[in-house]
Amino acid sequence: MPRKSYRQAINEALFQEMRRDPRVVVMGEDIAGGMGAAGEQDAWGGPFRTSKGLLAEFGRERVLDTPITESAFIGAAVGAAATGLRPVAELMFVDFMGVCFDQIFNQAAKFRYMFGGKATTPVVIRTSYGAGRSSASQHSQSLYPIFTHIPGLKVVIPSSAYDVKGLLIQAIRDDDPVVFFEHRAMYDDEDEVPDAPYTIPFGEANLVREGGDATIIAIGRMVTFAKKAADELAKSGIDCTIVDPRTLSPLDEDTIIEAVEETGRLIIVDESSPRCNLATDISALVTEKAFAALKAPTRMITPPHSPVPYAPELERAYIPSVERIVAAVRESVAYKR
Amino acid sequence: MNARIRPVVMPKWGMTMTEGTVAGWLAPEGGTIAPGQEIVEIETTKITNVLEAAVGGVLRRIVVPTGARAPTGGLIAVVSDADVPDDEIDRYVEAHKSEVVEAGETARADAPRMIAVGDLEIRYGTLGEGPPVVLVHGFGGSLESWMFNQPALAERNAVYALDLPGHGESSKTVGAGDVPSFGDALLRFLDAASLDRVHLAGHSLGGASALALALDHPGRVRSLSLIGSAGLGFEIDMDYIRGFIAATRRKEMMPVLQRLFADESLVGRDMVESILRHKRLDGVEAALNAIAGAAFAGGRQALILRERLRDLRMPVQVIWGRADRIVPARHAEGLPSSVAVHVLDGAGHMVHMEKASAVNALLAALADRAP
Repeated sequence: MPRKSYRQAINEALFQEMRRDPRVVVMGEDIAGGMGAAGEQDAWGGPFRTSKGLLAEFGRERVLDTPITESAFIGAAVGAAATGLRPVAELMFVDFMGVCFDQIFNQAAKFRYMFGGKATTPVVIRTSYGAGRSSASQHSQSLYPIFTHIPGLKVVIPSSAYDVKGLLIQAIRDDDPVVFFEHRAMYDDEDEVPDAPYTIPFGEANLVREGGDATIIAIGRMVTFAKKAADELAKSGIDCTIVDPRTLSPLDEDTIIEAVEETGRLIIVDESSPRCNLATDISALVTEKAFAALKAPTRMITPPHSPVPYAPELERAYIPSVERIVAAVRESVAYKR
Repeated sequence: MNARIRPVVMPKWGMTMTEGTVAGWLAPEGGTIAPGQEIVEIETTKITNVLEAAVGGVLRRIVVPTGARAPTGGLIAVVSDADVPDDEIDRYVEAHKSEVVEAGETARADAPRMIAVGDLEIRYGTLGEGPPVVLVHGFGGSLESWMFNQPALAERNAVYALDLPGHGESSKTVGAGDVPSFGDALLRFLDAASLDRVHLAGHSLGGASALALALDHPGRVRSLSLIGSAGLGFEIDMDYIRGFIAATRRKEMMPVLQRLFADESLVGRDMVESILRHKRLDGVEAALNAIAGAAFAGGRQALILRERLRDLRMPVQVIWGRADRIVPARHAEGLPSSVAVHVLDGAGHMVHMEKASAVNALLAALADRAP
């Protein structure tokens, strides 16, 4: 099977869904570039090169460069979705949510409910998140817990090129608003990705590996760190289960609970700020539903409660590391009451 | 390499296997083993299977004990002639224990490719050289279901395994979706791959399809092996068929796949995931529904070919797992005397996985009878 990057997998999903369904349009800042000007068009294929080539095949009617006004174009995408299109809007950095959040949480998330089930809002908001590129504190955040908090939004956070394609196609076909988180440091990560279109259902966690000693639940890019940690731990005979929820809303609670019940030890790895994040949420879930299974305190591996630093050394210290995961698993396994 | 000392290495079953765990040694250290003898159980994330000795001799040293892991191609034991001194064995183990026999070459040769068959793109993989053998999987399966058979048969044959239309990574157009349409697709695959006369082995729906091809074009088939085959009786477990089509999640698929085996614990997470990866592709659900509606209309097998078995002139054998819950093993009863029947204990519908070494021996023996 062909190996493709996370970036290629996203690009392929967009191509295939736009070919399949004429209602699918893409919009965002500089996603093709050159709109309204005489110079080169689609030179970069978008800020992360995920929309490369779409303009040539689908034209300006379906590939829309927007002004640098998230409040306007996210609102336009939500409205277009409510009136019959299936827009995929690119919010370049999730850090920009602040200027378009009403359109997302008070409009898109509420239409189905407020109109008594008579309206659907099939919009996908693709957005980038995460630290690791020295982009400083206003372009490095992992703000997915905020969206997970809002009923009416679906929140997707793929951790591999295989998953990103199947989940993006599923997101585009879904009739509800989906916020789709792509880690900025993962666009070059490769995986085996089928050429044909496929979908991965929401609310189905990926059981990345199975081991009897401890359960690591990891979110987004942290899944790749958890895999490295598990490889390291296996050398000393500690076998880990890794659960990748893949979608934060809906959340596959059953798989999480079952995995914890099998091992009795839980380590959660979450790149978002530590207060009210997915680690605290999952920890609370396990405490409520699987308390008796726990053999050791739940460990949460997160950054400190601080803005993301710009200096590379500080940024490295900020991001949860493989070493911290390994140490937390060892402590959990060694824990005695 | 000293031919008097022979390595036993971790096998590579299927493209995705990178390491295995020794689940248990079936032969004692110091014991004499014969080629083909089952010597060790290997557990992978996909399934557990037994490894047969490729060579005979004394099992001198177990390098990887029960419960320990090794990479594919890594040394797990040493077999030698009885008179090789112990210190020579020690030196051999020391020299080779951390080395990995490069499995990359085989993996590349084994990498499946696509071939145009009429309007369809069909995926197939080949392994080995010699008289061609073609392996045809069953409903919902793929060429990966022959992971324990294709490498073993490839020692003496060019072994082809394909994804039928609607399956694996082949095109999802299935036409009528009945047994004759798959027999026709097989014929067109043989033409496209320039295969004139082949040893044909089919499992379940693939068995009925192979049988249909052999009846209509006997000149293309040197020998025919029908494994847990459809086409020999009316019964089919429709709960399995419907459950397989409906399952989109791991937890739904696991119990469905467990029905395929006598020993349900054999079904691992990776087997479920690799089948779900094929099932998630666009068009699969419609294709499987079309096949179920045509081949198993009204909950019964639509086409029964058992009366026509006597018309076949090539060697024919029928292989079944006695504990088959999908197509009952009694369909192997009362067949014409020209057909050799082998019902294997301790195996379910996936008898070619569960009793791989026995099935491989039967397939190889039939191919030898009709060169």
